[in-house]
Amino acid sequence: MSTQEAVSRKAHAYAAPQGFIRKYIFSLDHKIIGLQYFFLALAAVTVGMFLSLLMRIHLIWPDAALPLIGEIKPEAYLSLLTMHGTIMVFFVLTTAPQGGFGNYFLPIQIGAPDMAFPVLNMLSFWTTFLGFLVMVAAFFVQGGAPLHGWTGYAPLSAVQSTGPGEGLGADLWVISIAIFCIGALMGALNFITTTLDMRAKGMSLMRMPLTCWAWFITAILGLLAFGVLLSGGILLLLDRNIGTSFYVPLITVNGQLTGHKGGSPLLWQHLFWFFGHPEVYIAILPAMGLASQLLSVFSRKPIFGYKAMVYAMLSIGFFGFMVWGHHMFMSGMSPYTAFAFSLMTMAIGVPSAIKTFNWLGTLMHGKIRFHSPMLFAIGFVSLFVSGGISGPFLAQPVLDIQLHDTYFVPAHFHLIMGVASIFGIFAATYYWFPKMFGRMMNESMARWHFWFSLVGTYAIFMPMHYLGMAGHPRRYSQLTEVAYLHGLLPLQKFITYAAFITIAAQLIFIFNLFWSMKYGAKAADNPWEATTLEWTTATPPPHDNFGGRTPVVHNGPYEYNVPGAARDFVMQTDPESVAAH
Amino acid sequence: MGLVLLIVIWLITLLSTYFFLAKTWWLPVQASAIAPAIDQHFVTTFILMGVVFVAAQVALGYLVWRYRDSGSSSQKVVYSHGNTKLEVIWTTLTAVLFIGLNLMSGSIWASERFRPAANNAVQVEVTGMQFTWYFRYPGPDGKFGATKPELEDASAGGEGALGLDTKDPASKDDVVTGVMVVPVNREIEVILRAHDVIHSFFVPAMRFKQDAVPGLAIHMHFTPTQTGDFEIACAELCGLGHYKMHGIVRVVSPEEFDKWLVAREAEKQ
Repeated sequence: MSTQEAVSRKAHAYAAPQGFIRKYIFSLDHKIIGLQYFFLALAAVTVGMFLSLLMRIHLIWPDAALPLIGEIKPEAYLSLLTMHGTIMVFFVLTTAPQGGFGNYFLPIQIGAPDMAFPVLNMLSFWTTFLGFLVMVAAFFVQGGAPLHGWTGYAPLSAVQSTGPGEGLGADLWVISIAIFCIGALMGALNFITTTLDMRAKGMSLMRMPLTCWAWFITAILGLLAFGVLLSGGILLLLDRNIGTSFYVPLITVNGQLTGHKGGSPLLWQHLFWFFGHPEVYIAILPAMGLASQLLSVFSRKPIFGYKAMVYAMLSIGFFGFMVWGHHMFMSGMSPYTAFAFSLMTMAIGVPSAIKTFNWLGTLMHGKIRFHSPMLFAIGFVSLFVSGGISGPFLAQPVLDIQLHDTYFVPAHFHLIMGVASIFGIFAATYYWFPKMFGRMMNESMARWHFWFSLVGTYAIFMPMHYLGMAGHPRRYSQLTEVAYLHGLLPLQKFITYAAFITIAAQLIFIFNLFWSMKYGAKAADNPWEATTLEWTTATPPPHDNFGGRTPVVHNGPYEYNVPGAARDFVMQTDPESVAAH
Repeated sequence: MGLVLLIVIWLITLLSTYFFLAKTWWLPVQASAIAPAIDQHFVTTFILMGVVFVAAQVALGYLVWRYRDSGSSSQKVVYSHGNTKLEVIWTTLTAVLFIGLNLMSGSIWASERFRPAANNAVQVEVTGMQFTWYFRYPGPDGKFGATKPELEDASAGGEGALGLDTKDPASKDDVVTGVMVVPVNREIEVILRAHDVIHSFFVPAMRFKQDAVPGLAIHMHFTPTQTGDFEIACAELCGLGHYKMHGIVRVVSPEEFDKWLVAREAEKQ
């Protein structure tokens, strides 16, 4: 242990904060900050889900007048989809797995008393929170929220006269994302430093739980990706407000010259997707790490191919930066580059397949316990396969000719980046709730939540593949104008009904969450009989995580059913090492 | 619980696959020369990925049921950290599968995108603007006249909307229409432009899609093989009227096409 580390460890151990504000609001404690991120994501996902509900209603009943909201106009539909996508990607899929659970459990799982930079950690949360407020504010300004989609393609997003919502609303949208990037960069630095410098004695990199590997790799991706989006966003703001032309060539809107000339709309797409593709992995890597963890814990079996899992995640992270062009096969980018991007994208399927094989290998010859975290982990694997399998279609430019910007694309990314990641978040919630709140979540409610969510998400997103193959374009607010869409209306109706049921089922989760905080059965320190460090400490963990002790690690993270061992699991801290058996 | 999981996962797999195999909803009609080749590659990808999908889901369902905790103490867990040989095998297999698929489709992409249009192709300039498509034919001189942004008058429609410079002699015989009329079995060269934001010229029946980007003139080509009206749907979010930015490609016999074009040119005189 370095001197510096020893000092921070000591300082932390004696500095439990006093007073409500220091303890719960401007807290330096990674556990409180983790919870703050978690509840921010919960608020954001509630908003995002409500927006999707409105979209589904509008699609099949375009003229319906809703209570309080009234009729949804075509431009309002586009605002809904823009805000749904942005809020879900940034404030849910990026925020909950990394900022929430990563913050809470990374330090504990590696045996550290806190993050490396607690003040930076606090700042990163409050920055993200500010970003969320600015984003939501876009709904309430003149012209409403922007309609350019979460990808914000220029010139639609870069010139104020291109549509309603492209005024102040779009400015707030860009500013919010820029603020979010700053918060994410601070978080990424913290995660990387903590993983490299704060591991307990004996916690070598190759003894880290796969969750920690996932958070670590995600942080590296974040560090490299968010900086680019931040710069791109600033250029967009300049184009929008002070008349620069980074992204705007000489264009006319409604016959009127805009004063811009010489810029390139494709520049924005390159910058955006250089961030945007790694972002997909930022959202799903933590879920991959968690699924690996849970499949091992609840199969009572070591993870199949630990090293292969680590290398697979590293190569996904590495290749993740070389494939952004596959979003741009139809953009007017040179068709020759499509070859290279396509090849790289297909190559990324290989580590993903390795992970799937290893998850199945972990289940095989195990003794599976179906607690709710495990159900969601199994659901994750199923969704990961289903969402992953459409990847090789979209990765081929030839097939993109038909499928690009059709419903096939939302089908693909919702299954894999959206719902699979969300299943990871659910699994994490059910798994770590006892440690975070000292009580168990209600298991019957959790099961109902699982069945409705699994069947419901398939019912929503599987039919979207059929829509896409038939050539149904995305982001159409009304299906009345293009004749060949009329025949697809029954499928759209089915999807909306499935969405009603699935969204209603999420109320079970929210109820269970708050109900169990107060009325759940008291949790033991290690209710799942798992081996990693968070289960060696009190429930909930004390301020310094280990109550003055400093854990020493002797074993790998997945030692279940070790021949000759007294129990069917050997804690990472058990001094009698696995090798002795 | 293991059994319920098996049933649910298998049922989901069965239902999803059924609707693909039954082709209840499928790719649209094939109305261009390249469509059969693209669809053929789609089907190849579909079969290979379908096998992987079904195999993985069936295995997942089976494994969670087969290795559920039965509560019996005689159920033994195999203590194993994995198997390097197996890892190498399935890594190689998936690499061959994915990269092979990619290489197979290379020649179709090349014929669509690397090769320029034939010299005798029918030229049509396609311009997207919020929220209409205009189509321009160069006329007997084979030259498109100049257009100027400052001359654009969206409310005038047609030539006015395109900002056609009537002072340019080459523009005299240019024909601008709201419907894209093309002859069957001839290569059509499309020159794609956009005035304001990005649009995407998508004709599902032709298996044709290409973004129209302001500031760029993108040259593409396709060969229609069936006569009839085929819908164009804008495929890139372009603003509040995106959903109604549609149009028609009308494929007619070569004689009809010539007759139609001559009549349009005559109207201009």
